[in-house]
Amino acid sequence: MTKPTTTPTHRKKLMRTWPLLTPTVGLLLLWAFVPLAMTLWFSFQRYNLLDPTITGFAGWSNYKFLLESPAFLISIFNELVLVGAVLIITLVLGVAFAVLFDQEFIGRSIARLLVIAPFFVMPTVAALIWKNLLMDPVNGVFAYLARLLGFTPVDWFTHYPMAGVVMIVAWEWVPFATLILLTAMQSLDRQQVEAAKMDGARGPQILRYVILPHLSRPLTIVMMMETIYLLAVFAEIFVTTSGGPGNATTTLTYLIYLRALVSFNVGGASAGGVLAVILANIVALFLIRTVARNVDL
Amino acid sequence: MCTLELKNLRKAYGNIEVIKGIDLTINDREFVVFVGPSGCGKSTLLRMIAGLEEITGGDLLIDGVRVNDVPPDKRGLAMVFQSYALYPHMTVADNMAFALRLAGVPKAERDARVQVAAKTLQLDALLDRKPANLSGGQRQRVAIGRAIVRQPKAFLFDEPLSNLDAALRVQTRIEIAKLHNDLQSTMIYVTHDQIEAMTLADRIVVFNAGHIEQVGTPLELYHNPANLFVAGFIGSPKMNLIGAEVESSNGQSSTLRLEGGSPFTVPTALGQGEKVTVGIRPEHIAVTDQGTISGRVEVIEHLGNETIAYASIGGAEPLTVKLPSASTVQLGETLHFAPRGHAALFNQAGQAIALPRG
Ligand SMILES: Nc1ncnc2c1ncn2[C@@H]1O[C@H](COP(=O)(O)OP(=O)(O)O)[C@@H](O)[C@H]1O
Ligand SMILES: [Mg+2]
Repeated sequence: MTKPTTTPTHRKKLMRTWPLLTPTVGLLLLWAFVPLAMTLWFSFQRYNLLDPTITGFAGWSNYKFLLESPAFLISIFNELVLVGAVLIITLVLGVAFAVLFDQEFIGRSIARLLVIAPFFVMPTVAALIWKNLLMDPVNGVFAYLARLLGFTPVDWFTHYPMAGVVMIVAWEWVPFATLILLTAMQSLDRQQVEAAKMDGARGPQILRYVILPHLSRPLTIVMMMETIYLLAVFAEIFVTTSGGPGNATTTLTYLIYLRALVSFNVGGASAGGVLAVILANIVALFLIRTVARNVDL
Repeated sequence: MCTLELKNLRKAYGNIEVIKGIDLTINDREFVVFVGPSGCGKSTLLRMIAGLEEITGGDLLIDGVRVNDVPPDKRGLAMVFQSYALYPHMTVADNMAFALRLAGVPKAERDARVQVAAKTLQLDALLDRKPANLSGGQRQRVAIGRAIVRQPKAFLFDEPLSNLDAALRVQTRIEIAKLHNDLQSTMIYVTHDQIEAMTLADRIVVFNAGHIEQVGTPLELYHNPANLFVAGFIGSPKMNLIGAEVESSNGQSSTLRLEGGSPFTVPTALGQGEKVTVGIRPEHIAVTDQGTISGRVEVIEHLGNETIAYASIGGAEPLTVKLPSASTVQLGETLHFAPRGHAALFNQAGQAIALPRG
């Protein structure tokens, strides 16, 4: 007879685990902390790639300069608009597609494949396709359709640049949301839906009282994962608007790029990077708190 | 008040017909049990009645009104699902009140009705819990409570006890019987378990492969099975069904030769050489020295209150005999068996041949 051996003290004695953990943890620490530490270091340095004579400790001046520049607040605002709008669109469409493609219909597997497909198109290519083939005011498909219906074609990247970028990024991320939510839909107990029907629920009420509660956990997961990636959106902006017109589509990520590789101001860009990390953490904290409330069924 | 009429009801998935024309009338306040082997279409028929499955052909009438195209919630029926299908994110009280809430019943009345149902089912203490924090039996009661609260015209149960352990199953079975007594409403109950059917039903409907084999009270089915299928399905242990051939017949009675060689007399005229099946329930066999059927005991099961013996009589299947628990039968012993009334006889098509009762 052996006693159950799950007390912590006993487990410690079973095996020393740190030799096994050290390589992974060490590598992760290096991976995450070295760049972060370097960024922090540079953010307090005078460091411009164009002028090697500017050196030395800068104090808070990189931060001060950044925080006082009008581009900074605008970029944070743009960042939040982009992330928020794409989140809303992808979650709404994701739920819609998940519910739709969970039904039985002819050609379902092909339809499922098609709705997932944009996920496999790399961001630069997606942005180029949208910019040149779809949204171009002269040659684009949208312009053609608009003229066909008697409207004036919209020059998206001139008049509604942010809407244009949001459309592209949302198109890229709807498949992700759909995929996760569709998988979740398949674990929904059909009898629950039938019970709701017997109880007198119609489509919208079934959605509200049965499907959405069932999807709440995957929804929050989709939201968190997307937020992480959306905060770093770059290629779509670079390819389509280059942050313009003016600052209209300059997000914080893009602003850092502008500072570092257009103005060659490494110090200022690093300060932006540090602020971006702080912003991401605030958003993450905010999300995790709502999620924690949501996930507790 | 609720009578249900099923008129030539049919259901096909593509060109596979799973319900093949059901005619049945269910009376007000009756407890009807649909019983049959797995896959015979009981659930499908129940779901057609509930409105969850489209009706391919025939008519369904509730209180004389055709409801084929009436949506489920407008039929006034409540269903208890096999998996209970409680809403996991709602409390017990919200689960039970959900239908009333959708129907726009004011909160005060909703609460009152939930309280009444909760009291009946001893759920009062659990009203604020989520289904995840309930035991199987409690979830079952919540599912029944959710049905009661709606005050439906009729209750539909689809194998409600199959997820419970044996002890709880017996207890819940009794509670459902009591509930039927208290509520005095029409109930349709689907099961594959003939014991549930026998204990609960006013009337049993035996299904096989999408059609009805027989409708009757539990005792009618037990004593007068209409065919081989019902004979084999109702009763536990199973009725002995032994192939036989008519050796001679004298207008009043016939002598058969059972599979394995034993002679057997039945009180009816039959054609010589005719092939029939004799059905004898294990509890209707006596061990006596005058018995014409002799067999060697191969397996003995002691159940405490009784003893089941399986004896080889030369045929393919052993003869099952129910003996009193005091019986001193030994393994390997050769015994002589005689029927005690109540033998049943089936023709080659499997239909019962009427025998005069003696
Ligand atoms: N959606 C469906 N499509 C095709 N066949 C089905 C469907 N639902 C049930 N069936 C078939 O109908 C038959 C009856 O099923 P069911 O009513 O669930 O049986 P039971 O409840 O008696 O075990 C089964 O053979 C099953 O395979
Ligand atoms: Mg079934």
